[in-house]
Amino acid sequence: MPNTIHIKAFGMIAERIGTTELEMAYCLDSAGLLELLRAKFPGLTTTKFSLAINKKLISGNQEIPENAEIALLPPFSGG
Amino acid sequence: MNRFERQIILPGFGIDGQTKLRNSSVLVIGAGGLGCPILLYLAAAGVGKIGVTDGDKVALSNLNRQVLFGERELGKNKAETAVRYFQEKYSDIKWEVYPEFITTENAQELISGYDLIVDGTDNFPTRYLVNDACVLMGKPLVFGAIYQHEGQVSVFNLGENGCNYRDLYPRMPSASEIPNCAETGVIGVLPGIIGNLMALEAIKVLSGFGKPLSNRVLFFNSLSSQTYEVEISPNPESKDDMPGSFASFEIMDYELACEGVKQLTWTEAMRKMNADVAFVDVREPGEMPPLECTGLIKIPFSSLSTQFGRLEDSEEVLFFCQSGIRSQNAARQLQEAFPDKKIYSIRGGINALKTN
Repeated sequence: MPNTIHIKAFGMIAERIGTTELEMAYCLDSAGLLELLRAKFPGLTTTKFSLAINKKLISGNQEIPENAEIALLPPFSGG
Repeated sequence: MNRFERQIILPGFGIDGQTKLRNSSVLVIGAGGLGCPILLYLAAAGVGKIGVTDGDKVALSNLNRQVLFGERELGKNKAETAVRYFQEKYSDIKWEVYPEFITTENAQELISGYDLIVDGTDNFPTRYLVNDACVLMGKPLVFGAIYQHEGQVSVFNLGENGCNYRDLYPRMPSASEIPNCAETGVIGVLPGIIGNLMALEAIKVLSGFGKPLSNRVLFFNSLSSQTYEVEISPNPESKDDMPGSFASFEIMDYELACEGVKQLTWTEAMRKMNADVAFVDVREPGEMPPLECTGLIKIPFSSLSTQFGRLEDSEEVLFFCQSGIRSQNAARQLQEAFPDKKIYSIRGGINALKTN
C-alpha cells in the first residue's frame, strides 16, 4: 500500500492501543502523527513514550518518509 | 586446565578476554529477577571483583524468578544471601556486599570502586538515579528492564559518544504510568532472558569481545519471541532534568521528580505524627494485617475521590496502603484538589512496616 505508515507498539502502549501493529494513513511529521494517535487512542495522552522512525530514535518533530515504520517505545522499569 | 577453558579456547575471546575479565570489577545493583541471572553468569565467567547491592529481603513471591533464593532464605537480605551462595561456589572472585539500596548519598562511593555498573533495579526513580550517577562519573552502565512479556536492554555511557538513559527517555515517567511486575505479574523466564542478555553485554564491554549494544536498544517480546532494535542518538532534551554536578545530584529527590509525591519512611512518618496530621489508610476493607491506632482515618482508595471532604481541614496528610503504590496515587489526587496541603505517601506501605 503506498503512502502508509506502519506502527509498531510496545509494552503499555500496545495495551492502550489494543494491538502491537497498526497501519495508518500517511502523515507529514511525527508531531502530526502523535496528535492523530492521541485523538484516536486517548489512553496515550497520559503515558510518556519515545518514537523511532525506521528503527532510529528521534527527538523533537521529524519528517516522516513514505512507507515508514514507526515504533512507539515506552520505558520499562521492572526487574 | 582451569574452569574457564571453554571460553579461553573460543576464537576471538581467548586468554586475552579472560585476563580482561579477571582484572575487571562490576557492581550489580539489585539482586532480584534481573540481578540473579546477571550474577550467576558474571560469576561463572570469572569477573575478578563483583559488588552486589540490594536492601531488599527475600519474599515468597520472589521465588518464581529470583533463582538464587529458596524457601530457607525467606526474610534474609538479598545481597548477603547471594554473595554467601557464590562464596561457597567459587573461590577465585573477590566479593563485596552492600545490604542497602542505592541512594543519592551512597551512589558516588558505591560506584567509584567499579569499572562497570549493571542496573537490575525495579523502579524509575532508581533507574534515573543510577544513570545520572554513571554519567557524572563517566562509568559505563548495562541497562535492562522488563514489563509484563517484554524487556529492553542497552549499554549506556560507553566511550566518548555513548548515549545514556536520558537520551532514550529524557522525561521521567511515574510508576502510575507504567506499573512494575509486583503489580502486573511476570513469568520468571523473562527476567532470566533479559538478565542473561545484560550479563552478555557486561562481558562484551569488559573483555572487548563482540559489539556491545552501545547507542542501540534491544526490545524482546517473550510472547512472540521477536526482537526489535533501535538506534539511539544524542537527544538535546537529555540534559534538561539531569543534575549537572554531584552537588546537585546529592540534593535531588528522584522519587519526588518521578512521582510528584514526597515519600517518607515509617520512621520519618512516625516523627511527623501529631493531632494536626491526618494519617490515612487507603487500603480496602479486609486487607491484612489491619492497623488500629488512635486518629487513624480509613478511606478505601476506591472511594477516595468522594471523601476528600474528610481531609479538608488537615494541613498535612500522610497516606499509606499495602505496598506504597495506591498511596502515591492517593497523594497525587489529593494534591491536585488541594495544592497547598503538605501530602506524603509512606514508602513500601504496610509491607515495609512488617519487615522492619
